[in-house]
Amino acid sequence: MNAIVETGAVGKKYGRQWALRDCTLTIPAGKVVGLVGPNGAGKTTLLQLAAGLLTPTSGTITVLGGQPGTSPAQLAKVGFVAQDAPAYARLSVAAHLRMGDWLNPDWDGELAGHRIERLGLDPRQRAGSLSGGQRAQLALTIAVAKRPELILLDEPVASLDPLARREFLQSLMEVVAEHGTSVMLSSHLIADLERVCDYLVVLVASRVQLAGEVSELLASHHRLSGPRRDPGTLPANQEVIEASHTDRQSTLLIRSDGPVLDPAWTIRPVTMDDLVLAYMSRARDAETSRRPGLEVVR
Amino acid sequence: MIEFQLDAGSGVATYLQLVQQVHQALQLGLLKPGDQLPTAQQVVARLAINPNTVLKAYRDLEREGLVRARPGQGTFVVRTLPRTDPVAQARFLASMAEWLRSARSAGLGPDDIEAIYRTAFRDCFAEGVA
Amino acid sequence: MIRFAWLQARTQTAAAVAVLAAAAVLAAVTGPRLLHFYDTVVATCGPHNDCASVTTTFLSSYRLLQVILQPTLLVLPALIGAFWGAPLVARELETGTFRLAWTQSVTRQRWLAVKFALAGLAGMAIAGLLSLILTWWFSSIDQVQLNRLTPGVFGVRGITPIGYAAFAFALGVTAGVLIRRTIPAMAATLVVFTGIRLAFSVWVEPYLIAPLRVTAALVMPTANGPAATPGASAIKAGDLVVSEQVINAAGRVIGANGGIGPNGEIGIQVTHGTPSLRGVGACPNKFPPLGGGLRGSGGQPPADFNAAVQECINRLGVREVVTYQPLSRYWPLQWDETLIFTGLAIVLAGLSFWQFRRRLT
Repeated sequence: MNAIVETGAVGKKYGRQWALRDCTLTIPAGKVVGLVGPNGAGKTTLLQLAAGLLTPTSGTITVLGGQPGTSPAQLAKVGFVAQDAPAYARLSVAAHLRMGDWLNPDWDGELAGHRIERLGLDPRQRAGSLSGGQRAQLALTIAVAKRPELILLDEPVASLDPLARREFLQSLMEVVAEHGTSVMLSSHLIADLERVCDYLVVLVASRVQLAGEVSELLASHHRLSGPRRDPGTLPANQEVIEASHTDRQSTLLIRSDGPVLDPAWTIRPVTMDDLVLAYMSRARDAETSRRPGLEVVR
Repeated sequence: MIEFQLDAGSGVATYLQLVQQVHQALQLGLLKPGDQLPTAQQVVARLAINPNTVLKAYRDLEREGLVRARPGQGTFVVRTLPRTDPVAQARFLASMAEWLRSARSAGLGPDDIEAIYRTAFRDCFAEGVA
Repeated sequence: MIRFAWLQARTQTAAAVAVLAAAAVLAAVTGPRLLHFYDTVVATCGPHNDCASVTTTFLSSYRLLQVILQPTLLVLPALIGAFWGAPLVARELETGTFRLAWTQSVTRQRWLAVKFALAGLAGMAIAGLLSLILTWWFSSIDQVQLNRLTPGVFGVRGITPIGYAAFAFALGVTAGVLIRRTIPAMAATLVVFTGIRLAFSVWVEPYLIAPLRVTAALVMPTANGPAATPGASAIKAGDLVVSEQVINAAGRVIGANGGIGPNGEIGIQVTHGTPSLRGVGACPNKFPPLGGGLRGSGGQPPADFNAAVQECINRLGVREVVTYQPLSRYWPLQWDETLIFTGLAIVLAGLSFWQFRRRLT
């Protein structure tokens, strides 16, 4: 199976701050990849590195076998929808499509026009007077009609109302179903990702915390609850991601290669929500313990 | 044509929900052999779910022998599910009620009974559950 | 990419073309009449002996148009720099549209190159055409005023506006790349361009080609008429005087603009009964007696006194050195200045491309 995005300890630094560091991923083709994490975690940075808008400070990244952004052929393979779907306010919808036609060799004008019509957009309307949802749809149309192999979307629905959000995701999934395009989108709304993603990457504090096929991740993680136990007493093949205890009871979220055989545990399946939150809080705890503590001087 | 619903909070995997809805439609007679299932494109355009989910559900249904995918045309129902025999249903309902009565008089509470049931159910259908 | 660049630049091009068209129409309507007036009345004024009045009438005709047209070309390059150059990159960065533009199938270097070339050349063309119109329209006025070499006029005739437009545009783009925000980049462009243009016209322009020098007699202004033009024989009407320096017999500069010393005047002082030229030395010639004091009738020193001062100046060897550019060098100077500004534009273009590549990833 070929990879659409492959990174080798890629990192990006702005001044003294690492926006993304030590990120190693191999993302297979034909998936809808969800990039989830809190704001500032590095999702935008990773997407922009893949789109060629940024160059890495360290490490490597290859997209569809090539260096991002370096040649027209490479740029043609990747579509990008930036956060808030920027568009030229004074140009009409039709003018944007003309732009797509002139700047992309494999532009499918019929597809673009058909989409615009079905979405109910007025070709003569200036992009500046479109709603957020309409602008997002326009940006998606431009990205799709250039017939890329991969579409990258940076928080495409974050600022949209629920209806516009739903319509956008419907539209995006339709594109995937019709053309088999690989998709990588970032969001901090786990519910949306749960519907559409079959591959998940969790980014917290500029690092990858978790990456894998959703079905495999959900199958290999479990929620265990039972009498109070020290997590250290668990078998070696069970990794504790998150643990909470009362005086009598322990609730753990674990990752395990094999089945959980201990009858003392009540096992429940995990949802993507549980999974992401567990890894996010583990990462945050690791961050705070990494930072030097304040000493209380008496 | 059948229209799928999605119960996002149910905890049941999406593709399973699709399979179950096809089963139910077949049992209720809403789907008959020769009927076309909606294309993946049509399903995701309404539900905003991953197309692979739909394809997986249809593959499972094809493995069960209920549908067949014809390349370039779509996925069609080839076999119907037998409607559950109401006499058999009544018989099992009666024996279930009997069992519950004896469990209760043995002192088992609702939660115990549910735990026993779930364990037995799981063991029985171990292959069918994700 | 070229078509898209035109699409984006539609409005600004239309505005510039409108200005050009307006100027062309005004010039076409009024220009022939102006030339006709000149040919028939002003050029033939000599035999009629009414040159002074005819010239005044001529120069005041179409006064309003003169006041409008000339400053238009004066500010045009700066406006091209600020409104075409500065927003080129800065606007895309500010509005975020670069994330749309640079993820199509065109590399960002090509994007910049095409937009830069298109708008830059268009700006130069607009400046060139407007200058063509103005140079033609003002040609007869320039013939009368003979001031084409003066800084105020030199930069709004011929081909110099083309160089200015190129430079201002390149400056604007560079400012946009470095500052990354449109309004500050526009402001920086206007300030820097104006500063450089002014500085250049004062300190560099007169010396683009080594000016000619002529040594002439220092002539005192008489009571009856204006000071005689120094070096009148060598310097013709229309030549640009760059500097006038007063030198002593040894050739050392002792003053400027027809005067001696820091205050620039010619003074006679009498010490122990001997008149001497202040700042130079004792006068070897004889002075008439100053019966009525230095101020005779009418507030002016008497004519024979002035003659004695002149003789003193001449005999002490005090002369004037005039540095000037002859009008005949008009076109070589135009070419030199235009090429310098265009060269600067090319250097700035390179700088902006380099910084564009380096900073914006």
